[in-house]
Amino acid sequence: MGIIKTDKLTFEYIRRDEEGNVEGITRAVDEVDLDVKQGDFIAILGHNGSGKSTLAKHINAILYPTEGTVWVDGMNTQDEAHLWDIRQEAGMVFQNPDNQIIGQVVEEDVGFGPENMGVPTKEIWERVEESLKAVGMYEFRKHSPNKLSGGQKQRVSIAGVIAMHPKCIILDEPTAMLDPNGRKEVIRAVRALNDVEGITVVLITHYMEEIIHADQVFVMDRGHIAMEGTPREIFSRVDELKELRLDVPQVTLLAHELREKGVNLPEGILTIEEFVEALNGCQSF
Amino acid sequence: MIRDITLGQYYQADSVIHRLDPRVKLVATIGFIISLFVVDSWVGYVVAALFLVCMIKLSKVPFRYMVKGMRAIVFILLITVVFNLFLTPGEPLVSVWKLTITKEGMRTAVMMAVRLSFLIVGSSLMTLTTTPNSLTDGMEKLMKPLKYVKVPVHEIAMMMSIALRFIPILLEETDKIMKAQIARGADFESGNLIKKAKAMVPLLVPLFISAFRRANDLAMAMEARCYRGGEHRTKMKPLCYHGADRIAYGVLLVYFAGCVAIRIML
Repeated sequence: MGIIKTDKLTFEYIRRDEEGNVEGITRAVDEVDLDVKQGDFIAILGHNGSGKSTLAKHINAILYPTEGTVWVDGMNTQDEAHLWDIRQEAGMVFQNPDNQIIGQVVEEDVGFGPENMGVPTKEIWERVEESLKAVGMYEFRKHSPNKLSGGQKQRVSIAGVIAMHPKCIILDEPTAMLDPNGRKEVIRAVRALNDVEGITVVLITHYMEEIIHADQVFVMDRGHIAMEGTPREIFSRVDELKELRLDVPQVTLLAHELREKGVNLPEGILTIEEFVEALNGCQSF
Repeated sequence: MIRDITLGQYYQADSVIHRLDPRVKLVATIGFIISLFVVDSWVGYVVAALFLVCMIKLSKVPFRYMVKGMRAIVFILLITVVFNLFLTPGEPLVSVWKLTITKEGMRTAVMMAVRLSFLIVGSSLMTLTTTPNSLTDGMEKLMKPLKYVKVPVHEIAMMMSIALRFIPILLEETDKIMKAQIARGADFESGNLIKKAKAMVPLLVPLFISAFRRANDLAMAMEARCYRGGEHRTKMKPLCYHGADRIAYGVLLVYFAGCVAIRIML
């Protein structure tokens, strides 16, 4: 069993009117089976309302399944006795950086998680230092979070999670509110964590450019997993992605269109470099 | 204009006052406020003013920051002055129509104005030199005995620190909503008081909704980071008194004793 495993995970939002009668039931997540190996970089894609955030909140035991089961590191999330262990092992970064920073000073915020876990004072300081260094925010440790840019705030949030020494991090659209530079900063930090520290990453996003380095990609649509595979496999199915209302990176799209027009290019081109190489290969014929 | 409120904002600097234990600063602020009501002579106010000026100088916080905080309470200050000026009975000085300014009225009005402004400057000095987190830590520790009478001390402290942390964010948001409304023809400036108050409604409704949404998000983020109340919690910056704190208590004691002495002697 991997670090995160779900079995027929189903979650329903129940809408009620003012008297508390059930008005309607929305199935946000519908029989999802996931199995994530320790150390993997997983990306979950999907447009708005596809159930990807709801799925993420199950991994951190913020939501509990209506049906089915979620295991984090072998612990069932519905088992109250393991609740805090699960939240420590599966850290979560949310979309809005302003709404998840608790401290008034960067270092105090990063220390919040370890404080809650009851880590001794001396060790908290060590953890804060090492996690701020891991995301490249150490020189900002005495700053007020309000004065930082969006990308910096989000890196502080990530540091706050790393300080709890999790085995995996779930990032729920961490870049949705950032500008392109901030997005790059955050993705670079996340990739470094995965490569250097070996932390399992579950990245939820709707930006295609961010998933090209993932080991495995899941595409969600209306609560189901619609597609599954490596980024290259996913991106070679351009027409299916378009049907799911997802944008393909420009390079991939261009290569796809050219291929349809008869140019001899392979499917699933992800980066500009690859594209240039493939084009050079064409010319030599 | 709305961003001018500095009350509850931390000013980063490296000074003796910044490094003091938050408990000392809390006790000192309360002591200072009490002292303002203990003294009732000009000598007393001069002493209080001197004390305050020394503290501001020591704190390295620019004086204009304090004055900025004052702007928010100018209105309250004016009302207090006017009421005291006209409604204190005593020996009449000037009399226009039914309004009489008395000698005693003059005296209390000026005193109240001085008291209130000292009070505001004194407490903003505390919030400017103490991070809300350490302020709450201090409060939590000072109020710990109340835990035995079932007062949720930790929860209150946490709520306060979060409220303080969100002041600048919500102010920024108010500014944004205001500009968005102005862009669509809303008018916050003209009209009488009632009209202005009515114009605030379309500002407050979206602000409240967004505040609730933020609260919801923040609660989730805190739970995701293993927050479960004050039990089993350790401190990143545990409070313990150092030499400077003992000296500060000494200074405070001397000042307070001085104030009481002035009151008794004069």
